[in-house]
Amino acid sequence: MRRSWFPALLTAVVIAFLFAPLVVLVTNSFNASRFGGEWEGFTWNWYEKLWAADEVWESVWVTLKIALSASLASMALGTLAAYALHRFRSWLQSVHSVLITLPLVMPDILMGMSLLALFILSGIETGLLTIWIAHVTFCLSFVTMVVLGRLQDFDFTLIDAARDLGATRKQAVIKVLLPLLLPGVLAGGLLAFTLSIDDYVITFFVSGPGTTTLPLRVASMMKTSRSLPVINALSTLLIASTFLLAALSFRLQRRA
Amino acid sequence: MTSPRGVSKQWLITLPSLAWLGVFFVIPAVLIVVTAFRPPDLQGGVGSGWTTETLQVLRDPAYLPIVWRTAWLSGLTTLVCLALALPVSFQIARVGTRMRQFLLLLVVIPFLSNFLIRVFAWKSLLHPEGPLTKLLIALHLVSEDAMLLNNLGAVLLVLIYTQLPFAILPLYAAAEKFDFSLLDAARDLGAGPWRSFSKVFVPGVRRGLISAAVMVFVSSLGQYVIPQMIGGASDEMLGSKIAQRVFSDRNLPHASALAAALMLAVLVPMLIVTMWQRFGRKEAAS
Repeated sequence: MRRSWFPALLTAVVIAFLFAPLVVLVTNSFNASRFGGEWEGFTWNWYEKLWAADEVWESVWVTLKIALSASLASMALGTLAAYALHRFRSWLQSVHSVLITLPLVMPDILMGMSLLALFILSGIETGLLTIWIAHVTFCLSFVTMVVLGRLQDFDFTLIDAARDLGATRKQAVIKVLLPLLLPGVLAGGLLAFTLSIDDYVITFFVSGPGTTTLPLRVASMMKTSRSLPVINALSTLLIASTFLLAALSFRLQRRA
Repeated sequence: MTSPRGVSKQWLITLPSLAWLGVFFVIPAVLIVVTAFRPPDLQGGVGSGWTTETLQVLRDPAYLPIVWRTAWLSGLTTLVCLALALPVSFQIARVGTRMRQFLLLLVVIPFLSNFLIRVFAWKSLLHPEGPLTKLLIALHLVSEDAMLLNNLGAVLLVLIYTQLPFAILPLYAAAEKFDFSLLDAARDLGAGPWRSFSKVFVPGVRRGLISAAVMVFVSSLGQYVIPQMIGGASDEMLGSKIAQRVFSDRNLPHASALAAALMLAVLVPMLIVTMWQRFGRKEAAS
């Protein structure tokens, strides 16, 4: 049957639209011109400036610390949550499921604002801990969704088989369920890690003095035009690492 | 599951996530509503006692154009995103498996790249000295002194850009389950490509369409970074006002009142859709 060429053409245009700004950033990071209007020759200059910018690397460290600990915590909480949602059918799980879904559609600004209200009213000083709490909160739902997707494909007769062969319930869970579920949990963790590194709005609300994550640093660098080309270089490195993480998570999710 | 042991085990497994979200999601949301009824104090915190004065502030006519702008920008963003995402998800769902995975990865990568950086990229793309302006001037499409940045059109463009994956992904999930042989049937019965797309495919992915619309609309409603970075001084959205009340004016109750209003605007469309889908399911079953 003859197929219309229109959807294919539009898909190509949309993908070009999605990539256009990224291409501009990457190109400009090697452009000797400060404003990037024209190509004025290839340079590593902005990467050298970036390498020397100690405050940037300091915030990279803060960001990694938060992203790693927040994704580990949300992996643990999210896997348990997904197991409960999959295993049980009750009013409790209906409530649980609504609670897991709501943060996915809550605008960032409301989540940031409401957590800030909580911290101010309960007298908790904003800083590393409050950022971590906020990140675990918004990562939790995403991890749960990814693991839940995995669990729905899981063949639970394998557990029965393990039990028939003499495994205790605990052994069946630890030796059969968890290893098979691991790729899903890791994919969820990677998603959480990416989301945590990426977040600006929520972090902006709950951060305190001295805890500048990378997006917060980028935002403050944007205010001075001197550092704009350095942001291009930094962005290029970030886009490259996103590519790597996405490819990795893609492989994990595809592995049966 | 009805035995006491089963119930207690269920609670044990559910409790960690339930408690976490209760303390750090439900309580903060309730606090926002409560704080809207409290007086501000000078340190940027909340004073003692109760007041409805803050709510009076919401009736300030200066908010009306901001609320209106937030609503129509979000509505228009939703429409454009759906119009683009429908044919794209249609296309992705009907190509072969390998190509499909590749196209999905292409959609997801820009979406996973840092949000702030993507907005920044648009800022340099639309800059008066930037490549897009120069290209359009060279093509005589705009005048020499054209300003692509700092206007509502630019805000709309970047809103569409950042929200588009939110529309494509749920629509693709629905399109993947769509039975494409229905389209062949429609064509055999004499329907043209457009007719079979609009009368067979679009109703077939209705559920995905609804969740895509809600995702995009709700997420657009809360934006403040885009109007702040891409828009001009007169292009504020509701989110910009909330951030301004928290960080510039240090008036938490005032910000809470605005946030509570926004929360209402987010919950109402979601509630309507949930109800509608429940009702729709019953209708289909009967």
